Amino acid sequence: MGRNRITVKKNLPLFFSPALILIIFFVVFPALQTVYISFLSPSDEFVGFDNYADVLSRAEIVNLEGFPKWPPLGALIHNLIWIAIHLPLSMFSGLALAIILRDVKGASIVKSAIFLGMVTPMVVGGLILRFSFEERVGLVNAFFNILGFEQLTRTWTAYPETALFALIFGSVWLWTGFSMILYSAGLATIPKDYYEAAKIDGASPLRTFYRITFPLLKPITIVVISMTLLWELKIFDIVFAAFSGTRGPGGAGNVLALQMWLYAFRFSEYNSAAVVATFLTAFTLVISVWMIRYMVKR
Amino acid sequence: MKIRKSTIIVHIIAWSAALLWILPFLGVLMAATRPFDEILRGWWNFEDFNPSLKSFVDAWNYRDAPIGEGILNSFLVAIPSTFIPMLVASLAGYGFARFRFPIRDYLFITILLLMSIPQQMVAVPLFQIMNDLGLVNSFIGLILVHSAWGLPWIILFMRNYFSTLPVEVEEAAKVDGASDFKIFYKIALPMALPALASVAVLQFMWVWNDFFFALILIGSTDRMLATQRIPYMSGERYVPWDLLSAASILVMMVPVLIFALLQKYYIKGMIGWTIKG
Repeated sequence: MGRNRITVKKNLPLFFSPALILIIFFVVFPALQTVYISFLSPSDEFVGFDNYADVLSRAEIVNLEGFPKWPPLGALIHNLIWIAIHLPLSMFSGLALAIILRDVKGASIVKSAIFLGMVTPMVVGGLILRFSFEERVGLVNAFFNILGFEQLTRTWTAYPETALFALIFGSVWLWTGFSMILYSAGLATIPKDYYEAAKIDGASPLRTFYRITFPLLKPITIVVISMTLLWELKIFDIVFAAFSGTRGPGGAGNVLALQMWLYAFRFSEYNSAAVVATFLTAFTLVISVWMIRYMVKR
Repeated sequence: MKIRKSTIIVHIIAWSAALLWILPFLGVLMAATRPFDEILRGWWNFEDFNPSLKSFVDAWNYRDAPIGEGILNSFLVAIPSTFIPMLVASLAGYGFARFRFPIRDYLFITILLLMSIPQQMVAVPLFQIMNDLGLVNSFIGLILVHSAWGLPWIILFMRNYFSTLPVEVEEAAKVDGASDFKIFYKIALPMALPALASVAVLQFMWVWNDFFFALILIGSTDRMLATQRIPYMSGERYVPWDLLSAASILVMMVPVLIFALLQKYYIKGMIGWTIKG
């Protein structure tokens, strides 16, 4: 990059040290310390990966005995279920809305309404979900009643079979605005000529989508997938608010971030907490390395 | 003019989606503005309809954890937690955009990777550090943590913005003998005002909406931030929906208003730091 000015080295500390000091002190150092703690026993002896073997086989992390079955399946599995349902649903509904809204009058109002969930504190989001799934006051049950599924009418967040799924589907409602806004911005960058050319060639709308729209949106899809994965792995506030700081009915709403907090700040099991945190961070680093490599390549 | 059938269908889908997305918020608004027994058979029943602002007043003055106090605390934390990283990250972002030095690219990628780390990864050591410094329960501790955690994405965002600015003006100033810092402060920073506005909007909202750092660092009731007071009001079994709904609306009002007024900067910030990476 020829545009960079070469500078006298004595100026570098002025520009970089405030940021580096803060980051090292409050991000890097405590993170490394967590890795270190994860290899120690409660009496501070080095035990290698023993903590990992112990914690990751506990029922609150992975509980597949008698699988397939309803939750509780353990925090790790719950996070994976969250990803399996929430990622495709929020991504494709956001994409579909972005495409539809190109030709809609008052699209900005519709977008603002859908984006409201992204602006709301997730603590409030979790609470609204709990409210919406309540037996008598909640909207979701009213819908099931209208549709004739009276047997589904219940406080969804109060039963192990449904608690997790209520929050997962509810979090699609909260997060769809993210992919919708990014895809909308991406669609605006595709030149109109491409579509006119496709029309002249007689391509069907579906073919136009697969051959033009979707490939051109690939960079955005990469960002949406990775940011959504990170969000699903880090999910905490929603669950905390919906279950009042517990793991939900029978532990069925537990997720990794919440289990980490419980280990550390409820049971004072700092080494177990460090294992969960390090494990979670390993996941998130893989995702961001994937995203950054893609961006650098481009 | 002929209106095509597909146009009508598209409009119906779009506006139903908007309605579907807004309904849960409407429910909370109903629960907040009507007596609790009216809501019990569903907030969409309007046989009895006696709206009042009583729940808002009650939530604002709630027992030992009034929401009003929480909102004040949140402002006291969020405002410095916005401006400190803005300034610090602008310096570093400018450095990454303009200066060349041996480890630059490795340093930059390392900082990018830090963006993805979950807050849980630092929770226990951070609590110990703050405890040693006597900063548990203190806004200063929380402000420092939020400032540090905002830095990676703001550095990325500002670095990208500074790289789009023309370098010629700065070079001319350099020839005239201006120092690097003076060039940054007098020329580059004023040109970056739109980017700084986006940073301010996004960072403020993230700090305002944050819950986890506040949860582990602030324990005493009078210091609790706005987001902490909402779970505090509800029990596992008994949930005072009227009070909680009013509290929720009060707490979310701030980010929603900022979004409504400064949407342009919010969206630009959101898209800039994700797409133009």
